[in-house]
Amino acid sequence: MKNSIIKLTFAGLFIAALLGGCKPKNMSTAVSGDMAAKAYVAPGQYDEYYNFVSGGFSGQMSVYGLPSGRLLRVIPVFSVDPEKGWGYSEETKPMLNTSHGFVPWDDLHHTEMSQTNGEIDGRWVFGNGNNTPRVARIDLTTFRTTEIIELPNSGGNHSSPFITENTEYVVAGTRFSVPADNANGDVPINTYKQNFKGHISFISVDKDNGEMDLAFQIQCPGVNFDLSHAGKGKSHGWFFFSCYNTEQANSLLEVNASQKDKDFIMAVNWKKAEEYIKAGKGKNVPVSYAHNTWDEKTHTAKSEIKKEVLVLDSKELQDICYMIPCPKSPHGCDVDPTGEYIVGSGKLAALIPVFSFDKLQNAIATKTFDGEYEGIPVIKYEAALHGEVQKPGLGPLHTEFDGKGNAYTSFFVSSEVVKWNIKDLTVLDRVPTYYSIGHLCIPGGDSKKPSAKYLIAYNKITKDRYLPTGPELAQSAQLFDISGDKMQMILDFPTIGEPHYAQACPAALIRDKQVKIFKIAENMHPYVSKGETETGVTRDGNKVHVKMSSIRSHFAPDNIEGVKMGDEVYFHITNLEQDWDVPHGFSIKGANNAELLIMPGETTTLKWVPDRVGIFPMYCTDFCSALHQEMQGYVRVSPAGSKVPLSWSLGKNGPDPVQ
Amino acid sequence: MNQLPVVFSTITLILLLSACGGNSAPTADSSGTPPKSMLEDPNSYDPRRGEGKFTAEMLNLSNQLDATMVASGETIQGVKCAACHKLTEERLVGPGWKGVTTRRNPEWIMNFITNPDPMIEKDPEVRAQLELCLVRMPNQNLTDAEARDVLEFMRKNDGVK
Repeated sequence: MKNSIIKLTFAGLFIAALLGGCKPKNMSTAVSGDMAAKAYVAPGQYDEYYNFVSGGFSGQMSVYGLPSGRLLRVIPVFSVDPEKGWGYSEETKPMLNTSHGFVPWDDLHHTEMSQTNGEIDGRWVFGNGNNTPRVARIDLTTFRTTEIIELPNSGGNHSSPFITENTEYVVAGTRFSVPADNANGDVPINTYKQNFKGHISFISVDKDNGEMDLAFQIQCPGVNFDLSHAGKGKSHGWFFFSCYNTEQANSLLEVNASQKDKDFIMAVNWKKAEEYIKAGKGKNVPVSYAHNTWDEKTHTAKSEIKKEVLVLDSKELQDICYMIPCPKSPHGCDVDPTGEYIVGSGKLAALIPVFSFDKLQNAIATKTFDGEYEGIPVIKYEAALHGEVQKPGLGPLHTEFDGKGNAYTSFFVSSEVVKWNIKDLTVLDRVPTYYSIGHLCIPGGDSKKPSAKYLIAYNKITKDRYLPTGPELAQSAQLFDISGDKMQMILDFPTIGEPHYAQACPAALIRDKQVKIFKIAENMHPYVSKGETETGVTRDGNKVHVKMSSIRSHFAPDNIEGVKMGDEVYFHITNLEQDWDVPHGFSIKGANNAELLIMPGETTTLKWVPDRVGIFPMYCTDFCSALHQEMQGYVRVSPAGSKVPLSWSLGKNGPDPVQ
Repeated sequence: MNQLPVVFSTITLILLLSACGGNSAPTADSSGTPPKSMLEDPNSYDPRRGEGKFTAEMLNLSNQLDATMVASGETIQGVKCAACHKLTEERLVGPGWKGVTTRRNPEWIMNFITNPDPMIEKDPEVRAQLELCLVRMPNQNLTDAEARDVLEFMRKNDGVK
């Protein structure tokens, strides 16, 4: 119930659906025979797939193993994570910088794995920040967020981070249209129609190192861009965006944006846009947005504020954008593995329209239009339509594919997954979900080559699925075996945050290329300690820099004196271990930020401003050896102006002998 | 630590061994797979050579030190070893290095510093050390060449000219 798509009318349908024939069966009848064994992964054995699941309002991305549903890792992305020091260490703070300053939270809705030739290549996974519009890239050799780029001229980056078949671009379409950043934004809200614009962004991705660059934006009419998917194969070069609120309402959207019988799927010819850019048709527009990058050699992020973006105007430049009418506030916008079929899911519709790329091209060539929408040609509905799936269920949202000619669509209102044939549009199977599914995922299910063994349903409502935990419950996901003709539920598993879209791929693509340690010899951090002889404490005005090392099971130095009130202390800790799975932690009493968790060979910095005179213990927070409880030290804080000299030591017990 | 009752040490050791391997559980080595040695005959362990890729023939040590290797070995020692091992006989986290090249064969040293986990399980003297030190020597991911340089530095530390 967290998504604003839910409407009053909708709620009525929902109740009707629950009361009617669509009520899910109870668990005992839904699971049968040896189904549970299919999700069983014996102790010590590995899962077959990695599953990258958006964390929704947690701002993070979680990684599950499939088919076990075991949580393997939560990757901090847009939200601070004190457990890992993400957003708390000096090195990671720049990753969360934006044109609004440091933003410690976002709402991560969709994940998309990088592709080569339309197949998942296991190099990166992208995530979108919906609130303060951003796109993040996670490196799948370290499972860390290594880049975040902010999007100007946008509000609510929802139709993102979907990619083209060779990861040429990641797109980002604004959900909330707003006046352009360089226009006067101090306008009455009810001038939406005149002043509000919808920008869609194309972020290029360097094919070697993955670095993102905001290549261009297309200024479109003010509507709500919802979801998107790239063309592939024959439709490579095109991108498809669903949009709703073509009524251009600025208030009570649940009624006012649901007036029209049809909204649109906007088809974008991005190859044509590239031609216009080459011909100099774009305008450089002043904006301000952050581009944050992580450097694995210095173990440090930097944030750069960029000041310009290239914008193309959809009104002025013909042949870039076309509107395909699509019934009832389309949500999902999914392209089948062949690239021929585009499935629109009108979330208030009782049918699923399927469009044909060939017919779309033909309609464009013959100008089979039905007028214009804000200067953009509107294709005649029937001219682009392959056909409609009749009475598939209630409230279609998203569709994934199995590469065998079948599509699987989630239905929120009737709480089910429906399998249907793309060509002849017949329904083949349906299974209930518990309860009210949102997104669904098949490994590679939006690529050219799905690996269609499993399907995961990410549900919006949990209710009674697990032991109750007060008013707030874990989110509920269900795993289905789809290897046969009939979908069979084999597992329930709880998830963090609120999962929206997720992707999965065979573990073999990722498993064997994991970074296990950072080589200490390659550590270029300005405060690295390559060995205990390089540790020490220096003062620069009121800034005290502690170069400290950690190894099982001591810090060097572990006694520090001469810190005074008014000082800012920076603990630069280098983990000297060079063995896999031996992080050390660091914390100090009263630090009003978090701990550090330092991987082998890495240097990480905690800023600490002592607030009182006294002795402050520090210790290792991550159990590292049998003598972990001995891994501790003290810092003495003296009053401002004190004559206590700066000193540090390791292993020096008791006072100095009297000279 | 040496004031601690023997009973405590023994219990700790048992805990350590059961947590970290013992006879049936795989060792947490850096490859993530059970070491091959677990499948072999436990009696095949050679305490003079240790376990790993190095043999006396492979090393073929000269009586004279190689100054370049010594310098490199000293640098590596500073980064990867010195936090736990003094150059004297004094124990820090692990035993001091003085005399190590006379106590152990060079191939044993090379094997131990490049392949510590299986040897911690099998070598009687390493197990006895673990009872004293209570910290398993970490695998510091030395390359073969780095390990050889460290050995050269150890030899210098022991008076080889």
